[in-house]
Amino acid sequence: MRNTFTIFRRELAGYFATPLAYVFIVIFLVLAGVLTFFVGDFFERSQADLQSFFTFHPWLYLILIPALSMRLWAEERRSGTIELFLTLPVRLSEAVLGKFLAAWVFAGIALALTFPFWITVNFLGDPDNGVIFASYLGSWLMAGAILAIGAAVSAATKSQVIAFVVSAALVFILIAAGTPAVLGLLQDWAPERLIAAVAGASIFGHFTAITRGVIDLRDLVYFLSIIAGFLAANAVLVDLKKAD
Amino acid sequence: MLEIRNLVKHFGPLVAVDGVSFEVPRGEVLGFLGPNGAGKSTTMKMITGFLAPTAGTAIVCGDDILTRPLQAKRHIGYLPEGAPAYPDMTVAEFLDFIAHIRGYRGYDAKARVARIVETIHLDEVFNQPIETLSKGFRRRVGVAQALIHDPPVLVLDEPTDGLDPNQKYEMRRIIAAMRAEKAIIISTHLLEEVEAVCSRAIIIARGRVLADASPEELAARSRFHNAVRIGLGDRRTDPAIRSALAPLPAIAAVEPVDDEAGHALIAFPRDGRPIIGDIADLTRMHGWPVSELRVERGRLDDVFRSITAPPLAIEPPRAAA
Repeated sequence: MRNTFTIFRRELAGYFATPLAYVFIVIFLVLAGVLTFFVGDFFERSQADLQSFFTFHPWLYLILIPALSMRLWAEERRSGTIELFLTLPVRLSEAVLGKFLAAWVFAGIALALTFPFWITVNFLGDPDNGVIFASYLGSWLMAGAILAIGAAVSAATKSQVIAFVVSAALVFILIAAGTPAVLGLLQDWAPERLIAAVAGASIFGHFTAITRGVIDLRDLVYFLSIIAGFLAANAVLVDLKKAD
Repeated sequence: MLEIRNLVKHFGPLVAVDGVSFEVPRGEVLGFLGPNGAGKSTTMKMITGFLAPTAGTAIVCGDDILTRPLQAKRHIGYLPEGAPAYPDMTVAEFLDFIAHIRGYRGYDAKARVARIVETIHLDEVFNQPIETLSKGFRRRVGVAQALIHDPPVLVLDEPTDGLDPNQKYEMRRIIAAMRAEKAIIISTHLLEEVEAVCSRAIIIARGRVLADASPEELAARSRFHNAVRIGLGDRRTDPAIRSALAPLPAIAAVEPVDDEAGHALIAFPRDGRPIIGDIADLTRMHGWPVSELRVERGRLDDVFRSITAPPLAIEPPRAAA
């Protein structure tokens, strides 16, 4: 546990040691703003909620989160520091968890810095802050799930570019599967149970459910099991591929 | 202190390490020698727990690297090949991170880092990012990192590779200063390094241990061991000297050489016995114009080549005499 914290601290400090953290946060905030106000018609809707803010998060994360996760292991393997890292007296689980938590907390910091949206909507109207809180939590959980996927992919390659493209593609499938467009395509011919299964496996469906303000246990279990499953895969992949 | 038991590593069909066994007691600096691709680094990666061996294991201070990896890793300080370190961290942050992972906290961690920075002379770059450091300093940071917990077993993969002569000297001085209380393995392909710091040398090629002896013993296997170099101003006296030496039973052969030290004849002994006395007597007796008479100690590179070179299909072109 102490090692996990030491690794977590090093990794998190690592984000802020390079321009990466600042570039990431600025781009995240700018894109979130543009999408909310221009594409999401925040003002035209005249609703005191952050629906038009959260609705774009899956698509925002599709691009930005793999950019965060791509270096987690690929960089260690390319530069050879993985040999140093894994010959220190740390458990593989501590290493995997420490790196993941640092990235997740960093994503949380970026998300928390969107608080002006929340202030704006509270200034303009009287929104249901419970729904907004649930949506923030859902958004953070979704970021964690995408990060876990990206971290596992990053462990399988030395190339950050490959890690980025492959994780973005995987995440795209997981998000797009639950969108009305894809489910509509299935509607005509697929059996009911397949449609339910596709919707149930999708990040999009579970995230949308939470943004309605209800934190269902099933949605929590979904995100947490994606995180746990991909972190386990991450550990296996590191062990298999570390010496290549 | 360190015991390697029959380590084997296969990469698919390739046998990288093929049954390597040896022991390193405290106070020994073991030079791990071999041509590139001989299996040196792979062996070190298995000893330090980075790679899982196909068969065999390493026991570090009583802890098996396979069954008690965390305990075994605590006894080891390891400098991986190329001295990898996190480039965007400063030396201070990096060493502090290693100290924490090694289990030191607060004042303890600070004291450990301060002590090692002083021993390895890193104070002038202490607050610089590692990516801005020269190769020599980077290598030293790697060594500092390996020493922070004062480990009983030290594994250094090519600690002087890419350093300039002063830095090499400095690194060897650091290694020599620690030798008494540690078991140290260094891998190298520099034979001078083995002579400079190692108390024992293991030569490995194609994954097998081919020789295991002290550098002096290895050098004694050279055909140059106890050979006598007879420095001459020119080659006019060559035939006379050669015909005078040829009948001596202790002398196996006499060969001419021309190198940076000028022209000379080298007399090789039979069975490595000293022949300098006989040659000195003959020189005095005949009054040969000899500029130098020197006993060769034996050349490690010669031994290294004869042990590790794969059998040649064709004769290499002979150097002009």
